[in-house]
Amino acid sequence: MPLEPATISSALKSQRRLESRRWRMILGFALFCLASLILDVATGPSMLAPGEVLRTLLLADDVDAMTSVIVFDLRLPMALMALSVGAALGVGGAEIQTLLNNPMASPYTLGLAAAAGLGASIVIAFGGFGLPVTLAVPVGAFTMTMFAAGILFVFASMRRLSSEMLVLAGIALLFFFQSVLSLVQYLSAPEVSQQILFWLFGSLTKATWENLAFTTVVTVICTAFLFKDAWQLTALRLGEERASSVGVNTKALRLRVLFFVAVMTAVAISFVGVIGFIGLVAPHVARMLVGEDQRFFLPLSMVVGAAFLSVASVLSKVLVPGALFPVGIVTSFIGVPFFFWIMLSRK
Amino acid sequence: MNSLSLSNISIIRGETPIAKNLSLELIKGQVNAILGPNGVGKSTLLKAIFGEVELAGGRVVYGETQLQDVALQTWRAPIGYMPQDTFISASLSALEVVLLGQLSALSMHVGEEVLENALQAMDKVGCLHLAQRDIQSLSGGQRQLILFAQVLLGQPEILMLDEPVSALDMHHQAVLLEHVARETKQRELITVMVIHDLSLAAQYADHLFLLKDGSIQARGAPMDVLQPETISDIYDVDIERLFDSDGIPVIQPKRRKESLDSTNPL
Repeated sequence: MPLEPATISSALKSQRRLESRRWRMILGFALFCLASLILDVATGPSMLAPGEVLRTLLLADDVDAMTSVIVFDLRLPMALMALSVGAALGVGGAEIQTLLNNPMASPYTLGLAAAAGLGASIVIAFGGFGLPVTLAVPVGAFTMTMFAAGILFVFASMRRLSSEMLVLAGIALLFFFQSVLSLVQYLSAPEVSQQILFWLFGSLTKATWENLAFTTVVTVICTAFLFKDAWQLTALRLGEERASSVGVNTKALRLRVLFFVAVMTAVAISFVGVIGFIGLVAPHVARMLVGEDQRFFLPLSMVVGAAFLSVASVLSKVLVPGALFPVGIVTSFIGVPFFFWIMLSRK
Repeated sequence: MNSLSLSNISIIRGETPIAKNLSLELIKGQVNAILGPNGVGKSTLLKAIFGEVELAGGRVVYGETQLQDVALQTWRAPIGYMPQDTFISASLSALEVVLLGQLSALSMHVGEEVLENALQAMDKVGCLHLAQRDIQSLSGGQRQLILFAQVLLGQPEILMLDEPVSALDMHHQAVLLEHVARETKQRELITVMVIHDLSLAAQYADHLFLLKDGSIQARGAPMDVLQPETISDIYDVDIERLFDSDGIPVIQPKRRKESLDSTNPL
């Protein structure tokens, strides 16, 4: 137990020390993301040395064509997509938990991921309405996710509806979309059903430079808007009544946050499929490390989410050499034991 | 901006009327206490003033502004409200919780002055030593002190406290209520608090309102309101009114004769 600060100046100093420690923590995870990115590019059917990857990335034209193709055309978009989607899911989870005052909430538990799955499966089963499949599937997933978000929006805008009721509404939606998804699968041919199943696994192999750029831009913009509300979001954690007594327009904030989180996660999962668990675990790790002052909590949830998916991507390639597992399977498979470990090791 | 007035307000919660054509006026620079048995709607009355519970009728007016006419945020801006429930499930330090009291002054980097103001507010109510502690690890009483510091930091014109000392020990009760009384005089605040301890109310409040059955049963200075017959009647308990050395009434509940006899066979 540290000596309790007795004077204002010593309390002020220890607060400043705490702040700089938290910034260092965020920086540390960001550097870890960078290291994991290089490792992610290095691993695959033909292994590259991390040094070679670095050289290729930094001196683009001074390497042989083969390595350059592997790095820039195949692996870098995937590796960056892991960071981008991980960041989106980390932030999305953190803010949904803040919004609903519930550590069990995530975009997944609100039915957003299930809605994306349904949207994608409808397109896979019934065709892309004239659009090419690579575009139609993400568009279908996005549309259905925003539809689910719209329903939640209506619930959230009711003045007398508590956060618990909103969580319940989300869980109910989850079951609804899952049942329709099962129906679509039941009605379609086995090979179509197989295709749907593959989409649902969540995989980074669908990453291209184009959808990577799109996901990243959307994630950055939405996160910036959420960040602008950092203190209001912190205040929301005191409970709606107290938040509004310190000057937060809770209803407007609720709708704003839900909108940005929905757009951000809808875009992310539309391109890579359902990747669960990150939205739940990243905010927990961040909360344990820096608490819930959103100035630190939000960026840390972001880099922890990014690091988590990036590491999962590396593991999905090296767990069984030569085989590439869909990363969506690995995140929960590795993530749950990890989550239990941090839960139990918590003081 | 001299007073906050409720005129002919009615509030209905479920089936039960909390207020029936109730009127009261709260004057600036005075500490007002709302008293009454459990469940008569003291907290609900505060919530109605705060705009959280809707009125079935009547008007709430502060200065030139009427509650029903302006946006809720605008109405609430001058109010510092401390709800009864002090439970907070967030992983925040006590200092962070207090800081939120001046939300509009907070930005990415919290400046020296803002931080100092918050720490000073904590020092004033005697909870500076808790600054770095996680709010979840604090006791109910400690949380009350922290939340009171938060409300003070917001520099409200209207101070509404819902049972601010219910979990505090005698020392901190005195510190907090002394503070309420002093700030109310110095900053000319309109202060209204719900409190259960009648003797404390007599010591620190200028004006008492005794609420029951949807209306104010008695109002006025502590000496006038705390009549033994009235109190016995409203709370349905035998009491004795004593006076302390300063001549301030002290309300002492008494055990009924027959129960005293039954617990003491000798």
